[in-house]
Amino acid sequence: MHRIIFGDNQFFGVNHVSDEKSRTQSIKFKEDKTILNTIDFALGNGAGAFMCTTHDRISKLNEVIRQDIKMANSLEFYPCLPYAHKYANALTELGVTGTIKEYLPGNILGSFMKGGIAYMKNDYIAMMELLIDAELKMFRNLHTPVIFLQNVITDLLLGLKMKNILKSYHDYIIKKYNAEPGYITMNMPALLNMLEEIGISNPIICSSINIDGFRMSGGKALYENTLKTKNVRGVAMQVLSGGVANPEKSIEYVCSLPKIESILFGASSKENIINTISLIKKYDSKDSLNIESVAV
Amino acid sequence: MVKIGVIGIGKMGISHLSILGGNPNVDVVGIADNSQMIMEAIGKYAPFKCYTNHIEMIENERPEAVFVSTPTKYHFSMVKELMVKGIHVFVEKPFCLNSKEGAELVEIANSKKLINQVGYHNKFIGTFSEAKNIIKHGGIGEIVHFSVEMHGPVVIKKKEGTWRSKPNEGGGCLMDYAAHSIDLINNMIGKINTVEGVLIKSIYSKDVEDAVYALLKTENNISGVLNVNWSDETYRKMSTTFTILGTKGKIIVDSTEIKAYVKETIPDSNYFKGWNIYHINDLSEKVDFYLRGEEYSAQVQYFIETLEGKKENNINTFKSAWETDQVIEKIKCYNNTKHA
Repeated sequence: MHRIIFGDNQFFGVNHVSDEKSRTQSIKFKEDKTILNTIDFALGNGAGAFMCTTHDRISKLNEVIRQDIKMANSLEFYPCLPYAHKYANALTELGVTGTIKEYLPGNILGSFMKGGIAYMKNDYIAMMELLIDAELKMFRNLHTPVIFLQNVITDLLLGLKMKNILKSYHDYIIKKYNAEPGYITMNMPALLNMLEEIGISNPIICSSINIDGFRMSGGKALYENTLKTKNVRGVAMQVLSGGVANPEKSIEYVCSLPKIESILFGASSKENIINTISLIKKYDSKDSLNIESVAV
Repeated sequence: MVKIGVIGIGKMGISHLSILGGNPNVDVVGIADNSQMIMEAIGKYAPFKCYTNHIEMIENERPEAVFVSTPTKYHFSMVKELMVKGIHVFVEKPFCLNSKEGAELVEIANSKKLINQVGYHNKFIGTFSEAKNIIKHGGIGEIVHFSVEMHGPVVIKKKEGTWRSKPNEGGGCLMDYAAHSIDLINNMIGKINTVEGVLIKSIYSKDVEDAVYALLKTENNISGVLNVNWSDETYRKMSTTFTILGTKGKIIVDSTEIKAYVKETIPDSNYFKGWNIYHINDLSEKVDFYLRGEEYSAQVQYFIETLEGKKENNINTFKSAWETDQVIEKIKCYNNTKHA
């Protein structure tokens, strides 16, 4: 994985500490071109990959990216699926069975057959595979070396102790997409325990890791201890605690931790992109041990 | 270990179940949903005992407390049934279809001394409790006016719906969505006792309202405006903003941040003359298992701690949810009278 990953939250009005900022950002990024230019800028200045949810807007952006052969060949996507709000809103409106009907790709004959049979046989793993295919269709002919499961789904499965589903996701991503499966979670230590139990060793786990302990369930100390004592390929997100922490101290903290292979961040202005990337580079170079641990 | 059962595995039920599953002090002894498909799916992949009949689940598994997250029309009969058997109850919002049913449940819970809670999770959001605290201690003086904006993208096109689109089963923006804001006004500002104007609009839904606009007055004589619309796709998810104007300042608060303008510094606090902004990461309660917002975990945690005798049962009680139901009823009544 790349050391620095550029995220997409700012493009879709996702801001964890300000609803007002969310709306301002969704207005700023109304045009696809503004988004593409921002991604291009981040990648041109040191970010190695673009991590994005399977949002409808990404599907449209990908259409444009495919036209630009140079960009399509060089850009590495780390998709995160699914875009959970789509399903959450559908659940409120349509109920569980209505949602399945709405989102299973029933208009394609092959999928319909597979979906129909899966439904009849109560084979939810086959159904999950169909949903994964439907979500990832927007990345056809693009590079997706790591594919993440979104935190709402990962954590839902973790709480429900649906170990087989997590394992099936893992196997399917490797088998069908020849990619590395990753997991986004708000409960990193608990998830790592469960993944180890089902035989997944040294998994890629993306979780909130920041100096404030924001969204680090079970506490910062537990996270630090887990990183120190266990095998995990960590991706740190929300490193600036949603954008309100002191950037210098925050990046220094994250760069000092072991097993953090990558740092994910999102920013909407060129200035913030440059600042964050240069801070990561500054603190990485101060900590040679850390650099060794990230060379994969 | 507290023995818990869950009835109704829809959107909220599955969320409660996962949060309970992530709590090491909880033993989920059984779950029930009348959908065979859902019970088979969960039974196949998760380690819970699944029932399609909730009575059987109760009788076989003997939970001390039960989460009821079925459609609203079943709340009254199920919760009553459980309490008669001496079982503590957490039930989803809105509480009941009418205030008569709610009154009966409040009475049973009190007389049998059972722990009772309703899922108005916004009260567990740090920004809103901070605002309540400032108001309570007179930080912005006497309240002059409140304005509540609540928007989201639940119904954004015409289509066939579920029970949530049936007016007699607890569907519609008023009972399903606006209830949250009404409950918060009752809690933060004062109990609403008068409805002074109502506009109810259907935008995409055929049988229920998609927007509710109301003029409200509390028992402490504070008036304000409620503006709720669940058919607004310019919002990514449910967004609730309170603007509260007082004689000594103003608060603008949503689930992510609180902005407080105070005319004078509030002694022994972090609120200094002028604008003060604090974010949810300064104010949210740390939780041990996070699924979809600290507040969802915190409300479940609070219920469990109440059962364990570690906390008083005084947040989101049946009584407070019943008071919210009464306001909903008054808004409906005002609207019906207007059109009669």
